[in-house]
Amino acid sequence: MFFTYLRRELRRRRKAALVVASGLALGIALVIVVTSVSSGMGKAQDKVLQSLYGLGTDMTVTKAASPTANPSERPRFQFDAQENDSDEEQSSDRVMVQGFQTLSASTVTKVGKQSGVADAVGGLSLQVVKVSGQFTRGQVQQNGNGGQQGGPGGAGGGSGQPQGEVQGGGANFDVNNYSVYGTDVTEPALGPLTSSKITSGRTFKSTETDAKVAVVDSAYAKEKKLKVGSTVTIKSVKFSVIGIATADSGDSAANVYIPLTQAQTLSDSKDKVTTIYVQATDSQKIDSVKSAIQKNVSGTTVTTSADLADTVSGSLSTASSLATSVGKWLSIAVLIAAFLVAGLLTSSAVSRRVREFGTLKALGWKSGRVTRQVVGEAMVNGLLGGALGIAFGLAGAYVVTAISPTLQAQLGGGGGGGQGGPGGGGFGGPGRQAAAKTLDVALTAPVTVTTVAMAVGLAVAGGLIAGAFGGWRASRLRPADALRRVE
Amino acid sequence: MYELRNVTRRYTRGKETVHALDGVDLTIPDGDRLVIQGPTGGGKSTLLQMLGGLDRPSEGEVVLDGVDLARLSEAKLTQVRSENIGFVFQAFNLIPTLTAQENVETALVPLGVKAKERRERAAEALTSVGLGERLGHLPSEMSGGQQQRVAIARALVKRPKVLLADEPTGNLDESMRDEIMDVLETLWKEHGLTFIMVTHDSSIAKKAPRLATIRKGKITVKENVVS
Ligand SMILES: Nc1ncnc2c1ncn2[C@@H]1O[C@H](COP(=O)(O)OP(=O)(O)O)[C@@H](O)[C@H]1O
Ligand SMILES: [Mg+2]
Repeated sequence: MFFTYLRRELRRRRKAALVVASGLALGIALVIVVTSVSSGMGKAQDKVLQSLYGLGTDMTVTKAASPTANPSERPRFQFDAQENDSDEEQSSDRVMVQGFQTLSASTVTKVGKQSGVADAVGGLSLQVVKVSGQFTRGQVQQNGNGGQQGGPGGAGGGSGQPQGEVQGGGANFDVNNYSVYGTDVTEPALGPLTSSKITSGRTFKSTETDAKVAVVDSAYAKEKKLKVGSTVTIKSVKFSVIGIATADSGDSAANVYIPLTQAQTLSDSKDKVTTIYVQATDSQKIDSVKSAIQKNVSGTTVTTSADLADTVSGSLSTASSLATSVGKWLSIAVLIAAFLVAGLLTSSAVSRRVREFGTLKALGWKSGRVTRQVVGEAMVNGLLGGALGIAFGLAGAYVVTAISPTLQAQLGGGGGGGQGGPGGGGFGGPGRQAAAKTLDVALTAPVTVTTVAMAVGLAVAGGLIAGAFGGWRASRLRPADALRRVE
Repeated sequence: MYELRNVTRRYTRGKETVHALDGVDLTIPDGDRLVIQGPTGGGKSTLLQMLGGLDRPSEGEVVLDGVDLARLSEAKLTQVRSENIGFVFQAFNLIPTLTAQENVETALVPLGVKAKERRERAAEALTSVGLGERLGHLPSEMSGGQQQRVAIARALVKRPKVLLADEPTGNLDESMRDEIMDVLETLWKEHGLTFIMVTHDSSIAKKAPRLATIRKGKITVKENVVS
């Protein structure tokens, strides 16, 4: 009888059932969308962080900020001004260590020995400024009448002399700025290259510790028309391109990757690294590993992904905090309201059926049986609401994913320079040419099994709450209520 | 057999206390047919609730076959209702979403009768009130007279000792009144049960072998007016 009665009630009082169900559905759908958007935000943030330091890295170690960093260590270029009739092109590469702060290679070993550290790999980030062009010496004019023979592009130039003038000296040159990352080829599992895929050619062999080979980022390769087999010249050293890497996030860590030893030689920083990439044995223990390194390896700054996440700003972080604060509270509020409304509607439905339930009690139905009937109906309404809610929620999450709104993430942190900011700011990712880095990330709303399970749980909870309201009301009815005139 | 001694039922509404029943003494032998009359608000329905174990008296005893219903636990009282008492209401009180057959089945549910037997007995009971063709009809698809016949089938399907009817024809027009009265009369004779009925219908009252009148909670019984 239980199921017959239940079925009949739900079929013949469909509207009432739908009202309760859709209230719950709204709440549950909202929870699903908010939860999946939040997890999408998390994914987007992870992607931003990954693009900086690669997969699997839990923290980086850089040299601690030192206010005494020498600001005179700025790039200098020396060109020989040419005779007037020469238009030979000259070029000069200035290779700088990113952030001008290095750690000794022995620190890598030391960090690796700390408890809780699974792996530590050093890398050297370089900044190469290539200046190339033509330079012309100014002409010295006695009794300065002529002076019309300015060199090509002769805007700059000469300075007057008491006895004559130098006129028309000039230069016409390009500045090309790109980043090079010296990677430890013996440790391919950690470091910035892990967030890129080799889309052409191959990556480094672990034997190529000092080989003149390079992997080039696909975007840079396209710009410079490089492909596997091409040659990249850095400070007169020719590297042959063995592979093209495409960054997963579309934003690479460096333009050119070369073996670490080569990078150290190029920048005259033997046995030096800029960044140590650390993987912890247990992702739950990152904080304790961080403090262990900071305590035992002096003069270092340890940056965890959580620290870096704090420096992320822009629409991504705005949306993310919106999703976690407003979205969370909104869905909790809607859920509570939906539960209450479901409870009150169920309770009022019982009030309208006072005579019906009184009659059943008068017929000898135990109070428990009547209550069970009411709770059963409420549970079905709850599950119906859950099913609807999951459907709407999945649809909502799907729409978000389909639209994939683009969010911007700005990574804060001062970028190296004269003041010697903490290792080029935060994680000191290689190839960060500007102080702050802006990334575009598409927002998705992945729905996990956990989310759906939670929704089902909420539906059951909603049904139980509604059932509790209605059941309590029904249990208090007396058989004499069969004679009540109210309907 | 019913033995009511000093049955009193008070309702308190705020400061006001209404004596719906006021010291009622009454004996109803098995197989009796008692008609109860009286003005509205006199206490007829209240008396029927006492007899049917739907409510308990404020004072006094309602003894059915040696058991005082006033002192029974709720569970025992529920059991007495499910086994021994059939109730017919003025407003039919059918479950609107259930078919005629399912409505009749609800009376057998507390007795633990298996589904198949329940359906058979319900169909039988409906046939005996002339609704054998309407098993699958909803209350809303039937006339008032038919609905009341479903209610009568529901009251009798469990073969109770007592049938209580509170103005069973009160919501029906005249043509249906006689129809229902005939059905009740026939069934009473067939089943040999104790039949207690509240009615405003003076033509029925006139024919009754025993007629009780309740006024302001006090009862008077007149034996055998005509026979
Ligand atoms: N549940 C109740 N609460 C308060 N007063 C009630 C209740 N039921 C009945 N009464 C009062 O008890 C008196 C008798 O009512 P009732 O037995 O229904 O009379 P009848 O059926 O003869 O019309 C009336 O005055 C009525 O107002
Ligand atoms: Mg009445």
